[in-house]
Amino acid sequence: MSKKYPSFSRRFKNYLMFTLTGICTLLVVSVLFTILAYLLWHGAHALNLNFFTKLPAPVGQAGGGVVNAIIGTLKLLVFASLIGVPIGLIGGIYLSEFAGGWSGFAVRYTTDLLNGVPSVVMGIFVYTLVVLPMHHFSTFAGGVALGIMMIPIALRSTEDFLRAVPRSLREGGLALGASKSETIFTIVIPAAIYGILTGVMLDIARVAGETAPLLFTAFGNQFDSPGWLQPTSSLPVVIYNYAISPYDEWHQQAWAAGFVLLSGLLAISILARVVLARGGKVSHG
Amino acid sequence: MKTLMKPIDLDQLTKAHESRFVDVEPTEEQLPWPQFTVAGLNFYYGSHQALKNINLIVPNKRVTAFIGPSGCGKTTLLRTLNRMNETIPGTRVEGSIRLVDRDLFSIPVTTLRRVVGMVFQKPTPFPKSIFENVAYGLKLEHRFSRTEIAEKVEQSLRRAALWDEVKDKLHQSASGISGGQQQRLCIARALAVDPEVLLMDEPCSALDPISTAKIEDLLFELKNICTIIIVTHNMLQAARVADYVGFFLNGELIELNRAKQIFQNPEKQQTQDYITGRFG
Repeated sequence: MSKKYPSFSRRFKNYLMFTLTGICTLLVVSVLFTILAYLLWHGAHALNLNFFTKLPAPVGQAGGGVVNAIIGTLKLLVFASLIGVPIGLIGGIYLSEFAGGWSGFAVRYTTDLLNGVPSVVMGIFVYTLVVLPMHHFSTFAGGVALGIMMIPIALRSTEDFLRAVPRSLREGGLALGASKSETIFTIVIPAAIYGILTGVMLDIARVAGETAPLLFTAFGNQFDSPGWLQPTSSLPVVIYNYAISPYDEWHQQAWAAGFVLLSGLLAISILARVVLARGGKVSHG
Repeated sequence: MKTLMKPIDLDQLTKAHESRFVDVEPTEEQLPWPQFTVAGLNFYYGSHQALKNINLIVPNKRVTAFIGPSGCGKTTLLRTLNRMNETIPGTRVEGSIRLVDRDLFSIPVTTLRRVVGMVFQKPTPFPKSIFENVAYGLKLEHRFSRTEIAEKVEQSLRRAALWDEVKDKLHQSASGISGGQQQRLCIARALAVDPEVLLMDEPCSALDPISTAKIEDLLFELKNICTIIIVTHNMLQAARVADYVGFFLNGELIELNRAKQIFQNPEKQQTQDYITGRFG
């Protein structure tokens, strides 16, 4: 055995593990890119200006688009964020800073359960709670369903990022005569803000692709949906409806809609990473 | 007992002390009055008793050093003096502490912590600009104008001997300066609210010798404006900066006396054993 180099078996094990982890990484990344390429391959034909600017056309008529679904999805996400983000943030602050053993456990446990509720159940729940009393499907109802689904992740990611703020920083604030809430709002939250924003963005990306809850709440619409109280089209539902239709043009549009949705999610995720990296620079020099 | 550190000569410590302090017997009116009067203080973390019947007087406008092995309670005592220990669940305190003539526990805690400032072992700059770090305590009081705040920030940075190094980058992030500068920034931040007392918990243990020397020089200036209590593991540092030294062991105060007395002729054998490094 040489003194200078690790033994053969150690080098072999190192090489083996390196190769294995490399293959796994490649597999994970390649799945994503295969899906993107596949969507693009099948949907490229339908991806044109009309796709982004025109309403759906009747079957057999060329030049239809899904502008109403794109706008619908954006509106749903805005409304869902208005519900999910504030509740998630405040809940996360409570859990990280104020919750005692018992209440902390209760909130954390119910949040995890809420996160596990199947999305179709969430759809039926909001259908009973909002759609039935209002007598019609709406952007509002869809936003409520997605908003509730956003709460658990917004809450837990906010809690995690706040907990990661070192105790020394909090004590630094308290030692200057700041009250607990002053310390939280002027030191702890600013220190964690980039992480919290990242969590929110990834949360939005997660619910953007939800289909099942929207079928019961936002329903779908072949036309524009002004305001918040009418049924609205959305990208996931368009994909679902077009994919199970018997028409080739619609199939192509479903592929294209899938591509647009996935690209959007990818863009949000990349933006989230950039925000977090920028935050890292600010707080660690 | 085995020698764990390099033994230090008592002479060496006395010399280190005398290189800084001119020893003149204080006249009656120069005698310091008590800043803190601690009587019968017990402190518990859950069922563990960290401080046992502590009785001491901390003199005003002097540097008092707390020394002793790790876990002897000196930091716990320090953190009791600004009630920072109360933020740790499961702690309990018994006995009385008077801040000058007031019961420490009757003062609203946020007021107390402005009067009794604290500097921690590791620099803890807030994720804000250098200016905002120093202005933080001032802004909490909501009673200073912008110009007053700017003046106070400059004054505090000057007092902390940091102004010349940062005056051109006041609005840059505080995390961009060196560790020694960050620690002086934390001192400036504490000084900005005009505290009567500055508690320092091993303020130099994370710093290089040059930064340490700067802070030691600083303490010499600062004791003109406030009382300083410093926890330190470095015996020579205690000799260089302290007027009074308290030695703690296993949660008890063994001896508190004028530094010269402690280093030249400690009353207790345990004190001598510890400061000369003959302690296991």
